[in-house]
Amino acid sequence: MMTHLIIFPVLLPLAAGIILLLLRQRNQLLERGLSIISIVTQIFLAFQILSAVSHGDILVYALGDWSAPYGIILVADRLAAWMLLITALLSLFAMFYAIPITEQAGRHFHVLFQLQLFGLNGAFLTGDLFNLFVFFEILLIASYSLLLHGGGRLRTKAGLHFVVINLVGSTLFLFAVGILYGTLGTLNMADLAIKLAHLPAEDVALVQVAGLLLFSVFALKAALVPLHLWLPSAYAHTSAPIAALFAIMTKVGAYSILRIYTLIFGAEAGLSAHLIEGWLLPLALITLLVGMLGVVASTHLRQQIAFLVVASVGTLLTAFGLNTQASIAAGLFYLPHSTFATAAFFLLANSIAIRRAEWEDRLDVGPVIPHARLLGGLFFVAAMLLAGLPPLSGFIGKFMILHASLAHSALPWVMSVVLITSLLSLIALARTGSLLFYRAQPPNPLSNTASITTIYQELLPIISLLSLCMILVIWGGTITQFLHFTAEQLLQPSRYIEAVLLTGRN
Amino acid sequence: MEALISLIIGVLTACGVYLSLRGRTFPVVLGLTLLSYAANLFLLVMGRLVIGTPPIIVDGTNGYTDPLPQALVLTAIVISFAMTAFVIVLALKTYKELGNDHVDGIHKP
Repeated sequence: MMTHLIIFPVLLPLAAGIILLLLRQRNQLLERGLSIISIVTQIFLAFQILSAVSHGDILVYALGDWSAPYGIILVADRLAAWMLLITALLSLFAMFYAIPITEQAGRHFHVLFQLQLFGLNGAFLTGDLFNLFVFFEILLIASYSLLLHGGGRLRTKAGLHFVVINLVGSTLFLFAVGILYGTLGTLNMADLAIKLAHLPAEDVALVQVAGLLLFSVFALKAALVPLHLWLPSAYAHTSAPIAALFAIMTKVGAYSILRIYTLIFGAEAGLSAHLIEGWLLPLALITLLVGMLGVVASTHLRQQIAFLVVASVGTLLTAFGLNTQASIAAGLFYLPHSTFATAAFFLLANSIAIRRAEWEDRLDVGPVIPHARLLGGLFFVAAMLLAGLPPLSGFIGKFMILHASLAHSALPWVMSVVLITSLLSLIALARTGSLLFYRAQPPNPLSNTASITTIYQELLPIISLLSLCMILVIWGGTITQFLHFTAEQLLQPSRYIEAVLLTGRN
Repeated sequence: MEALISLIIGVLTACGVYLSLRGRTFPVVLGLTLLSYAANLFLLVMGRLVIGTPPIIVDGTNGYTDPLPQALVLTAIVISFAMTAFVIVLALKTYKELGNDHVDGIHKP
């Protein structure tokens, strides 16, 4: 059982997806039950893997027992386990929110949801570059359908842009993979790292082209400026639980950047070492600034949150761009915080929007909504989380990033951009909050909002996601320590390479 | 032969980029298809152009054809095929919902 442990997070959602497809919505209760059981089991598996790798072991699973570098392998290290856990927890609460509302909007919701998880888990676990491409495509095609789920004019338009730009991204990924295979003769990530260190000087330029092509693909997925333009409309127009689940999608890009550029193009890559060092930090800071200006300029709440996602990617990649152990640990702490907080915010925005009748999520003076105190309180907590106010996890994450930048030469840039954007987000969210809750007019007796009375079902996932952020603070010490070890492991790729290439040899 | 193949890949990519920057969905879909053809051909060529040698090394042969890019390109073809099918359906759906085939949904005469 233990040896096969790390294939289960990939197989389980695939199997659940296929079974759900065969059920064809005959039994709603069974469908929901199966979907939730699958996700809960994934959380359990993620915890199992996390405890198995927490002492620094790297688990390697050779598919079909073909040993690396010839076969495809799955690798679980601390980073992969951490990402698996975040994905599984996020998807559980997104699913809880989706069950009473979104599920009915179209067929195959549960199937697509499981296949999305299949792609995500696979992308986090794979140790092979082409396999990463395949899992990217799986999660993308599931995400295309989920994004369009329910239909509608604006959603379809945003969906078309999302699909087209991602297809171009996939083409670039294939070109990059082709160049790497053509020059280095392998696609196993660990093997690529070794081959790259001994690359003859005349091929270096070619491999660097491939490395930067890959970077542009991952930057596209992560919504790094100037490749962020697809994100705000796509996230703002899709349904709330899907937008919440997609909070992890940009993090897949960030994860891939972290993985590829510490493992393959890391410090030991010979002439190609630190390939994106000069690009990542400036682009991340610009992303943060552009995202936050978008937050200030937004006219709709969901659009505002989508820009908050862009800004959070900026903060996250700023941390990764500083490229020290402390900053990577800080980024990995910020990652679940921003994922859970933006997801909760998307869900909350939907709960607010459906109660404002024709005002929906427009940032304008509207009617007083039912349960205004409860929703307002949650809005306050979510806004504090995202603006990074103490004592919540956003503050700790940003503080760790700023603390890590103290010794870096880009300190003035990082410090000023992060602090100014925090102020901008505070202003924008305070304005939003006062528009939505304080300056609201008494409700128009003609408008029909009374039909929505049950709220507690919607509140459970929102409160749970916000409390996950609290857990990040309460167990902050343990988590931070774990993340420091994770960053340490990432910055010593030789252990990963050894673990991968020695599997099946003894 | 190398020059010919690279020329073909270059022309396919250039046409693909040009078409995918057009304003209507049909040229865009066509452009994406050409781009994926270029990528697939590129991937295939990365195993080097070799004629008349076996993919599996046996006694008495010198040289071999790298079979891996062919396997990779099969996967890539299947994926791009599925994606093209999806994007065609999506383009039709946009046409139906937005009333015209412009990618931004705004008809410019």
